[in-house]
This record gives sequence, C-alpha cells and structure tokens, in this order.
Amino acid sequence: MDQLTRSDMNSTDRTAAPSTNVGFALRRLFRTSEALRGYILLSPTLLTMIIGLAMPLLVLFTLSFWIQEYLDFIRTFSLKNYFDFFHKPIYGKILFKSIRISGLVTLATVLLAYPMAYFIAFRIQRNKLVWLILITVPFWTSYLLRVFAWKIMLGYNGVINSGLKSLGFITEPLAFLLYNPTAVVITLAHAWAAFAILPIYVSLEKIDRSLLEAARDLGENAFMSFVRVTLPLSMPGVIAASLLVFIPTVGDYVTPSLVGGPSGIMIGNIIQSMFGKALNWPLGAAISVMSMLTVTAMICLFLWGTHSFRRRIA
Amino acid sequence: MKTGRTWWRPDGFLVYAVAYLVFIYLPVLFLPLFSFNNSKYIAFPLKGFTLKWYQQMLNSPSMLEALMNSIKVGLIVALLSTILGLMAAKAVTRYRLPGRGPVISFIMVPLVIPEIILAISLLILISQADIPLSLWTVGFSHLLLCTPFAMLVLVSRMEGFDRSLEEAALDLGENSWMTFWRVTFPIVLPGIVASMLLTFTISFDEFVLAFFLTSTDATLPIYIWSSLRFPTKIPAVLALGASIFVISFFVVSFAEWLRRRGVKMEATSRI
Amino acid sequence: MGEAIILFSDISKHFGQVIAVANTNFEIYRGEFFSLLGPSGCGKTTLLRMVAGFEAPTTGEIFIDGQPMSATPPNHRPVNIVFQNYAIFPHLDVRGNIAFGMRKSGLSRAELDQRIDEVLELIKLPGYGSRGADELSGGQRQRVALARALIKQPKVLLLDEPLGALDKKLREQMQIELRQLQQQLGITFLFVTHDQEEALTLSDRIAVMSDGHVMEIASPAELYESPGSRFVADFIGSMNFFEGEVSCRETSTVRVTTRVLGEIEVPLTTASPTTGERVWVAIRPEKLQPVFSEPQSRTNTVVGQMGPSAYLGDRSHFYVHLTQREEPVLVALQNLERSLDHLRRPNQPVWLQWADDAVVLLPRD
Repeated sequence: MDQLTRSDMNSTDRTAAPSTNVGFALRRLFRTSEALRGYILLSPTLLTMIIGLAMPLLVLFTLSFWIQEYLDFIRTFSLKNYFDFFHKPIYGKILFKSIRISGLVTLATVLLAYPMAYFIAFRIQRNKLVWLILITVPFWTSYLLRVFAWKIMLGYNGVINSGLKSLGFITEPLAFLLYNPTAVVITLAHAWAAFAILPIYVSLEKIDRSLLEAARDLGENAFMSFVRVTLPLSMPGVIAASLLVFIPTVGDYVTPSLVGGPSGIMIGNIIQSMFGKALNWPLGAAISVMSMLTVTAMICLFLWGTHSFRRRIA
Repeated sequence: MKTGRTWWRPDGFLVYAVAYLVFIYLPVLFLPLFSFNNSKYIAFPLKGFTLKWYQQMLNSPSMLEALMNSIKVGLIVALLSTILGLMAAKAVTRYRLPGRGPVISFIMVPLVIPEIILAISLLILISQADIPLSLWTVGFSHLLLCTPFAMLVLVSRMEGFDRSLEEAALDLGENSWMTFWRVTFPIVLPGIVASMLLTFTISFDEFVLAFFLTSTDATLPIYIWSSLRFPTKIPAVLALGASIFVISFFVVSFAEWLRRRGVKMEATSRI
Repeated sequence: MGEAIILFSDISKHFGQVIAVANTNFEIYRGEFFSLLGPSGCGKTTLLRMVAGFEAPTTGEIFIDGQPMSATPPNHRPVNIVFQNYAIFPHLDVRGNIAFGMRKSGLSRAELDQRIDEVLELIKLPGYGSRGADELSGGQRQRVALARALIKQPKVLLLDEPLGALDKKLREQMQIELRQLQQQLGITFLFVTHDQEEALTLSDRIAVMSDGHVMEIASPAELYESPGSRFVADFIGSMNFFEGEVSCRETSTVRVTTRVLGEIEVPLTTASPTTGERVWVAIRPEKLQPVFSEPQSRTNTVVGQMGPSAYLGDRSHFYVHLTQREEPVLVALQNLERSLDHLRRPNQPVWLQWADDAVVLLPRD
C-alpha cells in the first residue's frame, strides 16, 4: 500500500511540478508521520484480523449469554449456560481432564524433544539442516493419517499386538492398548513432536558458546554449567514449545475421537457436539469461553512458574 | 576442557537420537506399508503386495475433487497470507509504530487459541451474517490461521537484513515501490518461498476449521476424515497419503535445488 | 565559499521523549568538506539522516540548494549517502551496485558501462566490476559505496562514519584519498565522525555536537587553538583547566588571578572577558614547557613534582602534581632525544613554563 501511494505521488509530482500548498502539506504529513505510513501498510492485515478474529470472538462471547430454543436463539441476556456449566459436573470434569491430558502431552513432548534439540544444536557440527529435515519429514503426512497410524500401532490386530503374539509373549491380543486417555497422550505426543523440537533447537542454537566456556572457566563442571547457563538461556524455547503444544492439544478433538474411546473424550468433543448433534450453540459458546478462560489461567500459572524456576536455577 | 567433551558422552546422545527418530518414523511408515497390502483390512498379518489401492485412488472422483479443492484453497491462502504477512512484517520492522507490541500480539492470537474455538466463533459469525458456507469461508479461516505464521517467518527475514540497504536504494533515486522490487524482494525471497511452503502446508493439512466451515465441498482432510469411518475406503486413502508424501518430497527438493541455483545466479548477475 | 548549499533552519528531532537534535540553525557552504563531530548519541547521525530524508524533522526545515526538503522523499533529494556499514547490495556484483541508481539516467548501455569504468578508475578498483559483494574486503566495500554515490553526481555527498570499520593504516590512507577526491570533484562533503583526529585532518569546517546541540562551528585550527567553550576545548585534544577571575583589562592584555598559577597576563583578543568575570584558564599539554632545573625567569611559571608518565612513541605524556591542586597537570613532550631519563624521576621538582599566547580564556559560569 505504502509503495503504491508513494509512487502515485511521485508521478503526480512529476506531471504537476508547481504543487499547491495543500498538496505540499499532505505530502509533508505523509513523509513526516512514520506511524501513518506504517499503519497504512498494516491496515489490510489488521482489517482481516479484526473481521476474522476480534468480531467472531465478540460474537461468541455474546452468544454465550443467549439461550437456544429449538432452531433459534432467545436473544436476551441470560446466565443460564454458565449455570449449566457449573451445575453439571460433567463439563468441568472433562475440561480438567483435557487440561491434564494436554499437560501430560506437553510434558512428554518437551522432555523427549529437549535432548534431541540439544543433540542437534551442540553435537552435530555439519549437516544440522539434514537432521532438522529428517525430523520434519514424518510430519508431511496428513495429521489425520498420523493419528490414524496409532490405530495401526495400538489396534487389536495392530503392530504391537501382532509383534507380541509372534514373539510368543501373549496368545490373545491386548485390548486395553487403544481407546483410553493413555493412547490419546501417546498419539498427541507423537503428532506434535516437531513443534517442540524446533523452538527449543532455535533457542539452544542462539546461545553464545563462549558463555559455556566462561561458566567452565569460572569453575562449574559440565553438568552445572548446563544447569546454570544452557538451561536458563534455552527457557524461552522451552516455553514457546510448551505453549505451541499445550494450546492446540487442549482443544483437539480428532485424536480423542479416533483413539480415545469413551474414556478419552476431551472438551473439544463436547464443544463439537454442541454445534453438531446436541444443537445447543449458546451452551457450546459458554463452554468455549470457560475453556479459554481456564487455558489462559493455566498459561499464566505456567509462565509464572517457569519464570520463578528460571530465577531459582540461575 | 582437555578433550572438549562435556558430561554426556556423545554416543549416548546418538543412541537417543536414533531411538527418537524410530519413535517419530515408525508409526508413519506403516501407512505406505498398508497401501501396498492386498487386503481391505488394516491389520496384521500382511496379505501380499498389490497396486490396486493406487488404481482405486485414481478412479475415485470424489477423492480427486477433494484433493483439487485443497490445492486450490492452499494456493490462494498461501499467496494471500504471504502478502498480508509481508506487508505487516515490513510495517512492524521498518516503521516506528505506536502500539507496535499490542498490534503484533493481536495478529498472533490465532496461534494461541485452540482451533476449535476459532472454528465455532467463525461459524457463529458467518451464520449470523447469513453468509453461505463454502470453500471461500474455509479459505478465509485458513487465511486467519496462516497469516501469523507468514508474518513470523517474514519478520525474522526482514530483521535479518540491514535496513540501510533499502535506504541506500531510496537514496540512489528509487521510489519505495522500485526499492521493494529491486532490493527488498530479492533479499526476502527465500523467506517468501518459505512462507508460501509453510502456509500452503498448514492450509492443505488443516481439518478442524474446514470441518466446521464448509458445506458440501470437501477438502482432502475432510474426505480422509469421512473415509476413516468406512474401512473399505482406508487403503485408497493411505495410497493417496503415500503419493502426496512422495510428491511433496520432490517439490521440496526441487525448491531447494532452485534456491541454491538462484543464489549462484544472483551472485554473478548484473542489475 | 560563502554560498550555502545546505541550510538548517530551526531543525529539531524528538524520538518520543528523547531530544535527539535540539533547535539547530547553521549553513554548510558549497564545495566545503564539513564534519559533524561528537560522541555517540550526540545527534550527528540523526542530523545526517534528516538531510538524506530518512528521518523527518520534528520542527524546522532543511533547505538544499535553496529548496525546502520536508516534502521531498529521499529518492528525490540531490544528495547521496555512504552508509557506516556501506550497505552494499548482497545480491548484486560491483557493477550492479554502482549502476543501481542509474536506471533512470537515460544513458545507453555502452555509455553507462563507460561511466562505471571511469568511476571504478576514480576509486582505484579498475577491473573489479564483476566481483560479487561478498568477495570484497572492508576497504573495497567502502570504495564501492563511494562510487555508487558519486556516479549520481550529488550536490552533497553524505558520509556516515565511513572509516569507522577500517583498521588504522587503511583509515589513514582512505582519509588522504577522501580529501583528494573531494578537492578533485569539488562536491560538498558532509562527514559524520566521532574521531576528532579524523575530523581535524579532513575538514574545512567542523560542527562539534553534544546532546543534540551544536556547540561550535569553526575551522580545525580555530577549534583547537581557540575553542569557544570548555566542552569543545575538552572534547578536541586534551586541555588543562584552571579556575581564574579577571582582575583587570589593560590596553593589550588581560590580567587573570588564579589560585594555582598566581596572577597571569593574557593577550587581549576580541573575545576577552570583562573585569570581574569568572573564567577557565586553559592550556594545552604540549604548550607547557617542562624545565628540570630551576629557571631564571619566574613569569608564566609554576612548579610541581613529577608524576606518572606514558611513552607514546613520537611523544611522551606525563603528569605533574601541583601543590595547590589535587588534579595533576598533563604535559606532552616531543621525544626529541632517545633517552627518556628526565621523565623517570618520580617526585623530583619540575617547572612548567608557557608563552603568553598559549593561554585560552573560557567562560566559567
């Protein structure tokens, strides 16, 4: 935008050389105000986000105070949906189960990813890019199929059962592998692995190697210089990785639907059903609002926790 | 520091790295395996080699239509989100903006809310505004999701190159538009390519938003989702998944080859 | 000289609460080598960038060759800049970089090629046209940046600390070349530097800046020999300051009473202060003549004890402790003899003498 306007001005400048005072003032304002030029350039993006993000969230919030009546809404302010949310323990229970599952997934993903990221950042001298590509390649497969792959792994006639059977450990396939919260955790931890490795890797890679040498020089052993230098400096990556995994997985409903079974249901399934067969959009909206609030609270708690952790170890 | 080694022995790390790769590769590798298995059930033991699922894939118009829909949406979304991301990246890296922090946070919000909530909020807005659901509404939702990613990629690329290069072009008499084409664009180009690849991939693979925001036109993930309920369709889906994997491998390799060649050519080119 | 090519009229620049340049008025004359000298953060680069058009002044107007510039974008200004980091386009070779600004010149390909060859000759890089940007050394990059700007034949060439990144030897060589180039081409150079020696060597006139204010504008010799303020005297070279008060003005001299130096006589100049005014008595270290045995004459003489010394090759610096003053006096001495034994006599008495006209009187509030 900026460029277009600017070049237009230049061309008018050339044709009508003795410019009027108004024209001069306008051009002067445009030249003087960086904020003006910046916001003109930013406006299409900002407008898209206002229409597609701010307005829908506002409408969601509004809807959560309405009431569903058959196929229509009663558009008067009501707290009924929120009463429902707090009265029927099922919603709160599933919300907290979702948070527990996502928390476990985040923990597992980050713990598994950290040594791998460390390995690539510090141990691989050449061909780091090859290793990074090697890690992302499995994720070129469709998300749905990656989740489905765990049905093959854990299923009744799946990889693990067949393997154990052919090795003679079991005679009958194990039925408990699939359709439970553990299966959800494993599947999600696998599906989001790359999202954890990359930010941790980036923050490790950024660490100035001479800082580690300085720590050793000042008398710390390798382990303690890791704890006191590397770990705190890589915390931004760990935090980014945790949020990148935690937030999307809380609302996920593909994985619980495919591998979770009845006991693995998460809040995403509830919200989806409110907009699907249960047909209660306002209650769905209220549950969404409550989920967002809870997730935000958890994130704040997490950030506060990591902040104080970082201060303590450093 | 005699040996330069630290407390973890490198071989231990290597073992871990290999185990990790096995963990992320193993489940995924069973998908192409079953696409060659001569049985409509995805279960062991294997029943012999066949190519019939690939044949079935090519003879499935609804699957190919879904594929085409996903490619169409993906290309448009990749282009638009990269343009929006580029403009926003230039604005926040090249101008002193009051309220820069809050503006950036606002644009990044789609990264930090669960997709299902984004999906239902858009669904509510769109239905309240009486706009019919279509691939356009899917595309719009993907644009929201992809623009922050595009912006992140491009901001780091814009920050990575020296602002005085653009100032030098202006100083040498080029207007902003030509400065963009002659300096900014060639230097940011790898970032633009990366952004397009990333946003296309995100859109191409996105399921939740598409699921809520389309009517009858299925994108590929929606087609896959519905197929997963019909066991007989699954082997053909796996065949498609394997094909897409191979194709994307070649596309990315080709892009990388182009990039390296481009770098060489740039180095020797005149204006 | 005398005709203004750039005129700063009430120019100031604020970044939020920070005042980078305070209300500034001065002129730069056509054809001169003008330097903006000051410590980092003094506003000199901001002033330069306002001339180039990259920053808009908060108030005031910059005139280039009589034209107001506030509504003119950088690409329409008749000035070109050499950046501190040179900003060589990494995706173009040397020829591409130099030709960058000539797209609308209307020259044919052959003419343009010839012009580029001429400029390459001028900057002493003939045959470097097809080198890539990443195949150039620091000094070569600097020359290419210079050529790229000069081929545009700007009315004023702006240079933003262009020699800062070079090592000392190369820097001295480039200083000579820059000066020759400027005299050869007759273009006005506006040069920004924090290196006072560089500014003194190169400039026709220097503006000394501090905290967004232009403290003084003068020729190098004037700035050094008769600075107008304590800040300038201190910033350029080294200076010893003594507190004093004007006791009386006579026909050709001013008498100043000081606690440390006693009563001294200073030749009267146009800027000399009035009776009763508080002044700084300032003397350059090299204008203090050390005498190691008691001198006959006691005019313009003070006695002290030898303090620590530093050997600098062509000259030596040493400190002299005076009885009435805590801060030692700095003395610079040309190393005319190879033996430096006279400097290595700690706590021995030494007499410092100076000529009448060595003293500068500066206002003290």
